[in-house]
Amino acid sequence: MKKLDLTRILPGGRRWVIAGPYLWLLVFFFMPFVMVAKISVSETFLGIPPYTAMFEWLDQTLNIRMTFSNYAWLLSDDLYIRAYWNSIKIAFNATVFCLLLGYPMAYAIAKAPSHLQTTWLLLVLLPSWTSFLIRVYAWMGLLGNNGVFNNFMIWIGLIDSPIQMLNTNFAVYIGVVYSYLPFMVLPLYANLVKHDNALLEAASDLGARKVTSFFRITLPLSVNGIIAGSMLVFIPVVGEYVIPELLGGAETLMIGKVLWQEFFNNRDWPVASALAVLMILLLIIPIMLFHRYQNKESGL
Amino acid sequence: MRSGRFSLSVTIFWLGIFFLYGPMLMLIIYSFNASRMVQVWAGWSTRWYGELFQDQQLMGAVGRSLQIAFYSASTAVVIGMLASIVMIRFTRFRGRTLFSGMITAPLVMPDVIIGISMLLLFVAMAQSLGWPAQRGMLTIWIAHTTFCVAYSTVVISSRLREMDQSLEEAALDLGATPIKAFFLVTLPVISPAIISAWLLSFTLSLDDVVIASFVTGPGATTLPIEVFSQVKLGVTPKINALATIIIGVVSIVAFSSWLLFRKIDQHNRAAARMAAQG
Repeated sequence: MKKLDLTRILPGGRRWVIAGPYLWLLVFFFMPFVMVAKISVSETFLGIPPYTAMFEWLDQTLNIRMTFSNYAWLLSDDLYIRAYWNSIKIAFNATVFCLLLGYPMAYAIAKAPSHLQTTWLLLVLLPSWTSFLIRVYAWMGLLGNNGVFNNFMIWIGLIDSPIQMLNTNFAVYIGVVYSYLPFMVLPLYANLVKHDNALLEAASDLGARKVTSFFRITLPLSVNGIIAGSMLVFIPVVGEYVIPELLGGAETLMIGKVLWQEFFNNRDWPVASALAVLMILLLIIPIMLFHRYQNKESGL
Repeated sequence: MRSGRFSLSVTIFWLGIFFLYGPMLMLIIYSFNASRMVQVWAGWSTRWYGELFQDQQLMGAVGRSLQIAFYSASTAVVIGMLASIVMIRFTRFRGRTLFSGMITAPLVMPDVIIGISMLLLFVAMAQSLGWPAQRGMLTIWIAHTTFCVAYSTVVISSRLREMDQSLEEAALDLGATPIKAFFLVTLPVISPAIISAWLLSFTLSLDDVVIASFVTGPGATTLPIEVFSQVKLGVTPKINALATIIIGVVSIVAFSSWLLFRKIDQHNRAAARMAAQG
């Protein structure tokens, strides 16, 4: 009876078309999270792999071993809490900076003559297709103590000795805004370009000034684009590793870097897994927000 | 808003462009610097390009990365095409919410989370199934394919949604099997999106350092992993030369695909006009 019902919903080849991508994502995207959750409640163990098994057969009974000591450890040491808090703070501020710079840029593209729009958009997106690593690296040469900026400022006599810019939070902000700006501009442009100009004309006919009609019409209508762009920046930046590693210094405590160190330097897989689980929990609401927008905007 | 008048947004736009391109321009200029001291200018030279091509380790990594990117992009585009059809055409089936969630989540999920979770899966699979026996190019290919599927699906499905479905219906009415209608009608229409999705996946795979670092094994160093390990020690002129080559190749590919798409678009529009005139 049940089988009959299923074939009615998914007749013929449909089932196979769905099964292919579904299975791939289930096994290679969903299952990994189950594994992380599982390892996060196991104990560190000297060996390969460096954690204890959850299920064990002892005297013909199945033993289940779980421990929440990894989570207790994370909450007891304020290093981890500070790292989470710092990551959220840096991601939030960077998102605001991206928005402040990206919104006018997207607006300019959307208002540009239509034959220029594609070219301008391409100009913004092109850098994001070159290597991310290379673009972060470029700032190392610019911000270093012996870098282009410091040399230039000393040369024109603005300063006597180099200012420490590389390996500071300032450099991290620059790197993040630089790398993630295109991800802010793209959804904003996609939203702004769909606005009906008749609304603005009507407002202007009724005597509204340009600034007023921007804040009363354009800005409220672009909320979806703002949310999408902000989530595209905020969520990945919370877990960013490359930028704080290359541009940040000792003061830059970010959770992606801490996770990396726990995993690769300390080889503490269970603690690293617990860090990942907590990060997912922190990001679940932003991810759902982004998902809702994505569905609304693209009708997926 | 007409030209000639000052516009704040346009000014910020060009400042933003300057901000985006300035650092890359500096990289390009300094890659031709003769001095080993990267920040000291000592005249023009191409010696770093010569040394770059002699770096066997780096060149080996380039080949490996290109290979992984090619396979990942090709697999991701096929799976992404199927996933797009599922998302756009099959609006109701059990488990659709989970499916669409698994399409959007990889777009924003931090790399370290994808990396560690993938690795743990591979370790557990090797323990219980004995496969994959060794981590390396195979595991990187699987990991890259997985996140590229998400991007491919977004790109292809946006084109598929805009497509005129009556074309397919006409083919089916005229007696084509669904598979034939797909290959002869749907596929040509969405082919620009498939090319973009492939290019995007290729660059994403070629660019990834974090996920690859987690899931790689002995001997399978990709280009970004190699570059990252050199860059951590500081700025080197050889990497500047490499960066210049990457920027050049990307610009050329982007520009020519832009030209190609413009041509396809014009062609499609002309065809539509002719069809409308009958």
